[in-house]
Amino acid sequence: MTAIPHETTHASRTAGIAYILKKSLISALVALVLFSLMVGVRTEAGSEGQLTYWTRFGEVAALVAVVFGGSIVIELLRQWIGPNGTDSLVPPAVRSGMSFLGRYLAPALLIFTFLVPVIFYDQRYILDLGILVLTYVMLGWGLNVVVGLAGLLDLGYVAFYAVGAYSYALLATNFGWSFWICLPLAGILAAFWGVLLGFPVLRLRGDYLAIVTLAFGEIIRLVIINWQSLTGGPNGVSSIPRPSFFGIPLDNSDNGLAARLGIEYSPTHRIVFLFYVILALALLTNWVTIRLRRLPIGRAWEALREDEVACRALGINTTTTKLTAFATGAMFGGFAGAFFATRQGFISPESFTFQESALVLAIVVLGGMGSQLGVALAALAMIGGFELFRGLENYRMLVFGMAMVLIMIWRPRGLIGHRAPTVFLTKAHAISSDLVKEGHG
Amino acid sequence: MSGDQILNVDRLSMRFGGIVAVQELSFAAEPKKITALIGPNGAGKTTVFNCITGFYKPSGGTIRLTHDDGRVIALERLNDFRIAKQANVARTFQNIRLFPGMTALENLMVAQHNALMRASGFTLLGLIGAPVYRIAEKRAIELATEWLKRVNLLDRADDAAGNFAYGDQRRLEIARAMCTEPALLCLDEPAAGLNARESAALSELLLSIRDELGTSILLIEHDMSVVMAISDHIVVMDHGLKIAEGTPREVRDDPKVIAAYLGTDEEEAIAVMESGS
Amino acid sequence: MDYFTQQLINGLVLGSIYGLIAIGYTMVYGIVGMINFAHGDVFMIGGFIALITFLLLVSTGLTAVPVILLIVILVSMAITALYGWTIERVAYRPLRHSFRLAPMLSAIGMSFVLTNYSQVAQGARVKPIPPLITGGYTLHESAAGFVIQLSNIQIVVVITTIVLLAIFTWLVSRTRLGRDMRACEQDQTMAALLGVDVDRTISMTFVIGAALAAVAGLMYLLYYGLVDFFMGFVAGIKAFTAAVLGGIGSLPGAMLGGLAIGLIETFWSAYFSVEYKDVAAFSILIVVLIFMPTGLLGRPEVEKV
Repeated sequence: MTAIPHETTHASRTAGIAYILKKSLISALVALVLFSLMVGVRTEAGSEGQLTYWTRFGEVAALVAVVFGGSIVIELLRQWIGPNGTDSLVPPAVRSGMSFLGRYLAPALLIFTFLVPVIFYDQRYILDLGILVLTYVMLGWGLNVVVGLAGLLDLGYVAFYAVGAYSYALLATNFGWSFWICLPLAGILAAFWGVLLGFPVLRLRGDYLAIVTLAFGEIIRLVIINWQSLTGGPNGVSSIPRPSFFGIPLDNSDNGLAARLGIEYSPTHRIVFLFYVILALALLTNWVTIRLRRLPIGRAWEALREDEVACRALGINTTTTKLTAFATGAMFGGFAGAFFATRQGFISPESFTFQESALVLAIVVLGGMGSQLGVALAALAMIGGFELFRGLENYRMLVFGMAMVLIMIWRPRGLIGHRAPTVFLTKAHAISSDLVKEGHG
Repeated sequence: MSGDQILNVDRLSMRFGGIVAVQELSFAAEPKKITALIGPNGAGKTTVFNCITGFYKPSGGTIRLTHDDGRVIALERLNDFRIAKQANVARTFQNIRLFPGMTALENLMVAQHNALMRASGFTLLGLIGAPVYRIAEKRAIELATEWLKRVNLLDRADDAAGNFAYGDQRRLEIARAMCTEPALLCLDEPAAGLNARESAALSELLLSIRDELGTSILLIEHDMSVVMAISDHIVVMDHGLKIAEGTPREVRDDPKVIAAYLGTDEEEAIAVMESGS
Repeated sequence: MDYFTQQLINGLVLGSIYGLIAIGYTMVYGIVGMINFAHGDVFMIGGFIALITFLLLVSTGLTAVPVILLIVILVSMAITALYGWTIERVAYRPLRHSFRLAPMLSAIGMSFVLTNYSQVAQGARVKPIPPLITGGYTLHESAAGFVIQLSNIQIVVVITTIVLLAIFTWLVSRTRLGRDMRACEQDQTMAALLGVDVDRTISMTFVIGAALAAVAGLMYLLYYGLVDFFMGFVAGIKAFTAAVLGGIGSLPGAMLGGLAIGLIETFWSAYFSVEYKDVAAFSILIVVLIFMPTGLLGRPEVEKV
């Protein structure tokens, strides 16, 4: 904690241009050193394994120029906006407007989502993207139970997604069970693994919890890769059955849904069906979470996040409270996994890397921990934004990483920065996130 | 031991490594009475509290809790949340531990967790909105409302606890502990940081808890005006040992107590003690 | 027995590399209380810079291996340290007093940035170098024909690690900077009030951590003879595991944890299965934490009530 923050800002007001130039020059110099070798010299393995290199000084110069120009712009902005920096980027008028919008945003979004398959019936790409976004909305809502409500940091959430996906894939391909039977089973199995993970981590706090959940996620992935006889190893599981409309297949056959309804078959039917399936699953997750928050178990989760010691003093069994949070979050992850498997028709360990866990966690944190609407918006922004940069190829993850850093600096507490009370006497006031604890788990 | 004790602490010892924080401490608390545990800083009072409320496991000795219905519970064998859940002992903390991001009402609802959990059929009945749970929840809100009224915070029921002034937080924490409907209420320095007016209100609140609800209270307190005014029985500790016990009057006149409080400077010690008379 | 000794040597060498990276995690954790997820990628950047420097030096016709090594080590330490400094400045400092999860996500984002920056700048293919340090000693040859080898590169790795640790220990325990670092670890506000430049101290922590990671990157390059843009992730997780296993925040713990992870991995590969070596390392971490929730040498957390 520095005693006098932004001392330099005052100085800069008087020093003006000279100061900005000096600062930008230093940034440019740092950039020059950073990029000199990494960008300036491109190495490549030749055909016989020997290394060759060529220089790219033009690129270095361009990057340094960009950094120089960028620093000038940032410094200028900083002077105009004032020392409060990020806070004042959102003026109060906009903020109150946002809260007004917020009341109508959720229903509007929901209605729009229901209409997406109608509006974009011909645009397969948008439907696919919609399904993808909804899958992440569901994952985000599932993880939100663990991280946002119970305040337990989980860096291995993808493990439950994987358990759900493989449960469905293996049950369906080996025993021929239908999606609607396997779906609850996948959820139960994932919940079981959630409890299994929960047990060892009960005593752990903070970053110890983080690494153990991360390790757990990696263990699951590595076991899937190496247990080839069961999981097919890196090749994954293919020809996973598609879901049926309650027993009626959605295909071109004579007893398919299209034939029975007497309409012309179109592959879009299945996409639309999948869209509504994931929408229903996501809404189920949302409904259950909202219900749970208003039940003693949900309040205990939030109380656990606020103060574990006080919970114990009030006679709350923190062990079962944590385990139920892990299990509930895992179960939703398992549902999402089963859906993922049936949508893709093919799964492999590559889909369940740490990056997925990080992405879902980023959605939860960006959403504003604990806020259902925030998580949905964050999923839309992250997945949608990620798709926008599809054309950038390798640069996509680069831009994505930068966006993560910038978003965190911009809104460390996420988009929706307040908590709604679960019960009220006269009127529910939103609680500022500054008061809400993050949990230590 | 006789039936006239709700709490019986017998030769309680607590050691941390080589340090003896509490040594062979014995005392008893009577039902429907206020028992105070006093002593200079570092006397081991909070350690005793933590042993009684299950946050520490005592190194030796026994702690017996006798309920109205004759049940006797060995507190030293219970740990963690079970003390509050099974033995009905509630406590507050020296450094207030509310749920700051939850409203006052929510804080009091969390305190009724175990009762509500049973009513919600361990979540399943609650999830489907069974009437049985809705009735229980309504009753829980009523109890919470009643306590908010008692501690004079009803108009702030829907505000986040973290926004409350210090004195309000103290009262809310007591209300929260009382919502667990305890047989024994343990208060760790409830008057710390309160001004004279708030201290007086606190004394009144504690007396009403004793007289109207018949809840036994065990408290640690430095504010002698509170201790002397409301305690039925006082136990004085110093350096982990009990050095005196008795009624407020007996304790106030005990030279050992005066010496323990301010060492050799008796005049000041007397001043401290007198302030409560 | 011979086989065992050989694996012990291999495990210790691998463990030294993990330990050097783990120190960076544990230092940053001790001082700012955050997991620097990008640290594994800093290690990777260190490896790349070492590779490029090496390539440039060789192309100038320089052949004296000790001179090459010395220059490579200095250049990669210096530039990688600047990377560490920049990362702290750009991604972590604005979030210093923010909520705990924000810097963690910022760090995960930074890790993505570095991985992909490296892929974009240097391509996705593995970059091999010819062995720079060759030869070694045969310690023992059994009748069955099994040989215990101690290669020169293994000696270099272990000696470099020991020398660096000695310098580092001196730095932390004997210098003004070390004292400032320990003060900031205890209480930043108090340290600032007593005249410690907290910003500078934290920056230096990142600089030192990155410099050590650069050496680890160089060792990795020399030992395995290759670098690639994705190596930071796995090595980072392992080193982080090592830091937690040793008790995060504890410097000797980081080294001990590094050696432990190196040995577990090597022995598991040697006696059980190579495929499950990482599973073994992670499982042992979980088991250790169940019984020692703050790691091997971590300070037990005292719960204040």
